[in-house]
Formats: sequence, structure tokens, C-alpha cells
Amino acid sequence: MKNNEGHVVGVNGNMVTVEFQGSIAKNEVGYIVVGDTHLKGEVIKIRGNLADMQVFEMTNGVAVGDRVEFAGEMLSVELGPGLLTQIYDGLQNPLPDLAEKCGFFLQRGIYLDPIPNRDWEFTPVVAVGDKVRPGDTLGTVEEGVFTHRIMVPFGFDAVPWTVKKIVTKGVYNVRAEIAVLSDPKGREEKCTMVFSWPVKKPIKLYKERLRPDETLITKVRIIDTFLPIAKGGTYCIPGPFGAGKTVLQHMTSRNADVDIVIIAACGERAGEVVETLKEFPELIDPKTGKTLMERTIIICNTSSMPVAARESSVYTAVTMGEYYRQMGLNVLLLADSTSRWAQAMREMSGRLEEIPGEEAFPAYLESVIAAFYERAGKVRLNDGSVASVTIGGTVSPAGGNFEEPVTQATLKVVGAFHGLSRERSDARKYPAIHPLDSWSKYPGIIDSERVEKARAILFRGNEINQMMKVVGEEGTSVDDYVIYQKSELLDSAFLQQNSFDPVDSAVLPDRQRHVFDLMYKVLTSDFVLEDKKGARKFFNEMRQKFLDWNGVVTDDPRFAETEDAIEQLLVSKVRQEAR
Amino acid sequence: MQKVYTKIESIIGDVITVRAEGVRYQDLAMVGSSYANVIKLDGNLVSLQVFAGAKGISTTDQVRFLGVPMKVSYSENLLGRVFTGSGRPMDGGPELDENMIEIGGPSVNPAKRIIPRNMIRTGIPMIDVFNTLVESQKLPIFSVSGEPYNQLLARIAMQAEVDLIVLGGMGLKYDDYLFFRDTLENSGAMGRTIMFIHTASDPTVECTLVPDMALAVAERFAIDGKKVLVLLTDMTNFADSMKEMAITMDQVPSNRGYPGDLYSQLASRYEKAVDFEGAGSLTILGVTTMPGDDVTHPVPDNTGYITEGQYYLKNGRIEPFGSLSRLKQNVNKDTRDDHRALMDGMIKLYAAYKDSFEKKSMGFMMTEWDKKLLKYGRLFEEKLMALTVNISLEDALDLGWKILADCFEPNETGLKSSLIMERWPNKKPEVR
Repeated sequence: MKNNEGHVVGVNGNMVTVEFQGSIAKNEVGYIVVGDTHLKGEVIKIRGNLADMQVFEMTNGVAVGDRVEFAGEMLSVELGPGLLTQIYDGLQNPLPDLAEKCGFFLQRGIYLDPIPNRDWEFTPVVAVGDKVRPGDTLGTVEEGVFTHRIMVPFGFDAVPWTVKKIVTKGVYNVRAEIAVLSDPKGREEKCTMVFSWPVKKPIKLYKERLRPDETLITKVRIIDTFLPIAKGGTYCIPGPFGAGKTVLQHMTSRNADVDIVIIAACGERAGEVVETLKEFPELIDPKTGKTLMERTIIICNTSSMPVAARESSVYTAVTMGEYYRQMGLNVLLLADSTSRWAQAMREMSGRLEEIPGEEAFPAYLESVIAAFYERAGKVRLNDGSVASVTIGGTVSPAGGNFEEPVTQATLKVVGAFHGLSRERSDARKYPAIHPLDSWSKYPGIIDSERVEKARAILFRGNEINQMMKVVGEEGTSVDDYVIYQKSELLDSAFLQQNSFDPVDSAVLPDRQRHVFDLMYKVLTSDFVLEDKKGARKFFNEMRQKFLDWNGVVTDDPRFAETEDAIEQLLVSKVRQEAR
Repeated sequence: MQKVYTKIESIIGDVITVRAEGVRYQDLAMVGSSYANVIKLDGNLVSLQVFAGAKGISTTDQVRFLGVPMKVSYSENLLGRVFTGSGRPMDGGPELDENMIEIGGPSVNPAKRIIPRNMIRTGIPMIDVFNTLVESQKLPIFSVSGEPYNQLLARIAMQAEVDLIVLGGMGLKYDDYLFFRDTLENSGAMGRTIMFIHTASDPTVECTLVPDMALAVAERFAIDGKKVLVLLTDMTNFADSMKEMAITMDQVPSNRGYPGDLYSQLASRYEKAVDFEGAGSLTILGVTTMPGDDVTHPVPDNTGYITEGQYYLKNGRIEPFGSLSRLKQNVNKDTRDDHRALMDGMIKLYAAYKDSFEKKSMGFMMTEWDKKLLKYGRLFEEKLMALTVNISLEDALDLGWKILADCFEPNETGLKSSLIMERWPNKKPEVR
């Protein structure tokens, strides 16, 4: 079948206008032929026989009259075993392979096979004559620690297919034929371990969507107890530059209790990706005993790489997430930063001369952001197993002002909001998530009643602190001062966490609960403290003990000792006839 | 294939349009005696931006397409030379046209990057000790008009241990250009310097070319094994020139008139900073003046999201608060064992001094501790913060200990006892 062709009639930055014959589809992929290189692009607008394409490469040297070949398919990614541990650009080009081929620089127009060409040991689970539907498992391969399901391609018609042929257990190349299926009309299709799927179409091969009600443990105290995220949920981290968005995402990518982590570095610094690239192959995942890299895919379209590919990179990432979800796994997608993705849309919208919305973002910004986050979810698959995709996106608001369109559009659709504050990061209070402004709709690891009470103390403490700035310490009552000290204690010894400390940097939920129990006791106790000086001394001592406690592993005898010491200190000042 | 067209359809700002065939996007052309490059193709209507500005261009002037993109000469002959934004000599020397390389080339494959690991010594304690500059870092100086940011750049250029300096000046006052030239000549650093200069009176288009020219040359030297430091001043002028061009082209502005791709444009320049494994490196030190001292202005704001920290130059000093080198952790663990601890300790005490100072100016009583802090703050500002101070990292650390010993008892510093045992000066030297 001959695909359509066309030729260039206009170039404006990375947008190229093409005159075409015949029919083409929106979001269809086309290649501009410049000399002997092919530049990939995507059709984003069609008017009469003119199509506007966003080109994923630099457009230098494109001339009017250059030939354009349309591929006849939407922008797609290849799915199959071998995706894990890979580092791709926004178009699923494997970067290390590209480096081997082209050296230091990203040469345009070179597209390599995304799925490594290698053999896998395939174990069939269906037999000839079985009926299967798209998404059903044909067999499995062992990909690292995971059982990777080789499924009926998702793009096949949703009818019962009959297995005509299936290979026996054995070692096969990833692109070798492993099965032949036929539809009710007798049309036969061959299957390999690899198939492709258009990135902008959600994969919906599941029985039902479930409510995200299971906490996703991040081992960050302020998140797990106060501002939890859920498996299958969504959350966002807006914050000004230097507030620690990327560090927080980095910590989460290491510690999150999920099967697979997909990192979409979208329009951010290349240096930050490099840290992940070099560190993850060295770090051991305590859950599997293998390196962290074995559960990770990195999609990396950094700030200096072509803008249009930045737009597609988040879709590439979420599509891979959905693919692994279809295997019954829990996937976490971390997108850093969604603002850059929105800016990429803004750039294209400007070139298309669309009527601009707020801050020149396109009017469809909100619906596009909503549609993206809606691809997260906890689902019951057709085989009954439960799996999820969780999406966490950072937002980089201009000037650190959360009133801007991207932050606001994101807040409407996410289930948790972790707002980072410049004030807290300047004061070196990390993680700099603002405990009062932020919120979460998901259940945490501690009952909400106690969390609410602790939060109330934090809130009241903040009020008192504001007041103290005006009237001074002298003008504050001892009772108020004690509440203020309690809130400070909760903040410094529980909400803040030292990411450089080997023990404190990642805290298991059991320990979090244990520490919170004692902290809660301190917060709700009625103390006999005559004056502010005494109160300050008492809480300083308390804080020091809690901080020491945070730095000791649980099976160290000092853990119990410090706990005793805190209890004793508590009892020494608590009002006896309390309540 | 050099075709000549003599019918210019429109002239708006510095952008002209002409009907022509077979022209490639970003190709170079001659319009009259000036270079121009293709910035838009629409059917046979070609838009070009004229480097020397469109003033005086007539509708019948010749437009000659050269069939090549913008290039810059690359050779050892560049050393010690000064060029304009379009690559023409500005120092009366000969034109260079051998070994032409393209500007604005592709970005480095992230998979080929390495974690930065080498410190660049500058002799400025506020940088070396507190916010170390690292090879391959991209770091702007955030400042306000009137601050001595160019003096600071020139000092770093003269003292930094690098093989080569490429200076990109955008919207420079002519005096500032002369200042750079004279300072570098007098210090003998001119022989390892290349300058691309756009002064405030030069055409706007050339301003937008300066970073690309400077970085293209620097990148090639880095690939050839040189340790290159690129100084870009002032990137706000660069952004303003882009804004001017964008508005001329009827682009929809996004924020305060700046084009929507400001972030991508700045990033594609700053991201050129890199350490080539097995070859040289490229470090970028820029200046971003903040209009109205407003860090949320689009230019400093977008820059902050791109760069690896920033130096705040305020009142003639690099402020320890707000200044940040995101890469300092990579190197300050290997300098001297007391570097990190002393850095943190001294900054914490300086923060405490600020509080005491504020209390004092509000007329509160000064305690014994406050007085110690006030003395410490004064010494810290005089001996370490002043830009005139020029000492090595090791001397600066030693001086730090002396200042501490002069003001405090060891246990008041919050430093680890083991370090104090080792480093605390025995006799109190007189530091004043």
C-alpha cells in the first residue's frame, strides 16, 4: 500500500506547512526529506489540502518543495520486553545506542529500534484453538525480576481471535513470530513479542476502574502521614526554582513502593538526568535485591532538545506505564516538569496563530492536562488482577506564583497537592512541602482523626508565630508559647527529613507510625511549664532527642533507649491530673 | 546556485520579505552589504532578518542567497580577536573565513554527559568557599543595573584556571567593552580570549547572534580538549532583543511581551555547558540583570529554572543568601576536610548576625552574644565578602578559622569538636 506524499510549502520555526494529496489523518506521522535525512513530524492541523506539522527536529535547511512522506499511522511507541532499564528520548529513541552511533551530539533524523534486538525465553500460556482478545496473554518472558506478559496486540479488533499457531517453550528473538491468530472472518494476523500503540490514545483494556484507596508509600514522612498519595492516584508538586522539586522526585523514584518507575524528564536540565543515569545502576532496591535501574525506564527530553518531542515525551511515558499496568503491575510515572510540556504546547499554539488564552497558553490547556492525568488509575484487569498507574507531576510556575494557568489547571484534576515553598527551602526545611497550604484527598498510613489534630496544632502554632512577630515573645502567653513550641517540634522532628542521613532519608511505614504515636502523645499532653524559658529548654531537649531517634536504625539498642528517654522527659513535665 | 532577487516585498523593523525559490530555512543571504538569514518560509515568500538592521534598505536592493547557513570561523587565529555578532572583525584585524563551522548546532546526548567533578578556582572566597564554581556548570550572576557585575566577570576571567575565555557581550555600553578589552589586555589574558561584542548601538539582530557565535566556537575548542569559560553579559539584553524580533514578526507574546519560547531559547544556549569525557569542557558564567531588582521577572525567572544555581550580586557583594551553586556538593567534598563544615557553620553564624543586626537597628538591647555576632558579621563582610579580597581557597578557609577564633569560643560555633581540635587557631591572631 502506497502511503500519501506531499511537499513543504512553508516553514516557521519547528512548524512546517505541507501540501498533500489524498487523505491524511490528524496526528499522523510524516517525514520531511531533507537531502538524505528524514525529519519526523506529526500532523496537528489540517486545512483543505494543507497540513501543519510539528517537527520533532531542528528544521534548519528545510526548503519549500521538499518531499514529505506520510507514514499512515499515528505517533506510536513500540511495546515489548526490554523496555526496562532503557533511556529514551521523547520519541523512544534509545539514547545510549544513539551515542554509540553518533558520538557526543544528538544528530537529527536518526531513528533507532527502541526495543533491544535480543532473544527471550518464551513460555506460552495459550494453546491452538483457544479464544483470545486484545490484551490477553499469549505467553510470558522473564524480564529481570518481572514476569513480562506477551499480549495480543492492543490495536487488534476487539473480537474473539482464535489461536491458529503458537510456538512451544523456547528461546526466540523479540521480533520473531510467536503466534498466528485469526479473527471470526478467518483473517490471519501474525504476532511477535513487539507491537506498537499510538501514544495519545489511552489503553483501556480492563474490566473496571477502581477508586485509588491504597496508600502509595514514599518513605517520606510528611507525604505518607500528612499528604499521602495513592496507587492509581495523581498528585502535583508546584514550586519555585531551587525549592527542591527535582530532589523530591528523585527521592520518590528511589523509594516509592511500586513495581515500576518511569521517569519523564521533560524539558529540564540534562545534568539532573545524568545523576539518575549514573546512580541508579549502582543503587540496590531492597525489595528485589537488584539495582534500581532494573525497575526503571527513563524518558529524557531535556530543555535543549527539540520542543515538539518534549510534548510527546509525557505521552510516551504514560503509554509505557499503561502497558506494564496491563501485566498486573503497579507503575509510578514521575513527570518533571509538566510546565515545560505546557510551554511546548504554547509554542506550537503560537505558531499556529491560535487565539491565545491566559498568559498565551492555548485555550485547550486545561482539557489536555486533565486528559493526561486521567490516564492514571487503579484498574481491575480482565483476568481479575488489580494494577495501577500513578502520576506525579512537578509544575514550575513562573515567578513561583501558583495563580498561573498550568498550576491552576493541574490543581483541578489531581488528588494531592504538594506545594513547595521558597520560605521553607530558604530556611533549609526539607522537604520544603508547605504543610498547611498543601492537601491530599487520599487515605494515609495514620488515621485521619489524629492527623487532623496534629495539623490543627501546626496551624495554631503558625498563627501564634505570626502574632509573636508583632508583639514579641513578651506579649505571648505561656500556654500559646507551648502550642507554638509543639508545632515547631512536629515540624522539625517529624515533617522535616534529612535526605543525606542514611537512616532518616527513607522511613518505613511501621516506623513512621511508631514515631508518630509518641509524637502525638507529646502534642496532646498538658505540660507543667512555668515560663517560656523553661518551655524553650524543655522542647529543645525534646527536639534533640527526637532528632537523635530519627538517626538510629530500629534494631540498634539506642533506638529503644532514646525512646525511653523521650518517654521519661515527657512524664517529668506532664500535668499529673491531666483531663 | 546563487540567485539574486531585486524586488523586496516588505520591510518591517529589521525583517524584510522577498519572493524567491529554492531557499532553505535558516540560510544566509546578503542584503545590500549586510548579512541576513531566513527566519520564515511561506510559499515563495521568504522572511529574512537583516543583521545590520533594515535602516536605509530600499525595495530595489539586491538580495543574494548564499545557500549556506550562518557559520563562524574556527581556528587558533581567533585568539586575542574581537568580532561583532555577525562575525566581522571589530578590532581592525583581518576577516577570518577559513574552517567555517555552523552555529546553533545540536545538543549533547544526555547519555554522553558525565557528573561534573572539577572545581574552577577563582580566588574569590564567596565563590570558592561558599558556592564553588564547577567545570561545565552554567551559572548566571543575578544583578541590577549599576552593580559591578562586569568587573566581577572580568576578574573571574583573569583569575579562573581555564585554557580559554570566550566573551559574549550583548547590549554592552561602549565603555564596558573598552573596560573588558583594556582589563584583559593589561592582565595579559587577552592572548587566550576571544570576544564577540554587540554594543548597545549595534543592530538588534546581531545581539541575538552573539551567544550562538560564542558558544559554537567555545564548543569546538572544548571538543579539542580545551577548558573553556564562556562569559555572557548581559543575557537580559539578549532576551529583550528576541522580544523585539518576535514582536516584529507578529508573534503572540506570552509574558510581559516576551515570546512563548523564551525558556527553550535560553535553555538551548545554557545547555551548551558540558564536560566532554576524554576532551575539554565548557563552563558558562552569565549575567542576568533583573529589571527593578525583581527576581520573578520572566528573564531571571526562566533563567533560574535552567541554570545550576545563581550568584546574587547586590551592593557590590555576592550575597550568601539567595546565591546557590547546585553543583558545589560534587566538588567541595574533595577540597579540604573542613570545607563543608566551615562553609555551613559560617553561613549559619552570618544568618544569626543578620538577625542581631536587625534587632540592633530596631533599637533592641544587645546581649553579649549579639555583640559577638556583630563583630563576626563585620569581619566576615570585610575579610571575606568584599569583592576586593583575592585569596586562594585554602587561605580563605584558614582566614575563616581565624575570624571564628577572634570572635567566639569554640563551642559557640556549632562545629564538630573533632574539627575544632584540629583546626582551631591556638593563639588569637589579631584580625581587624
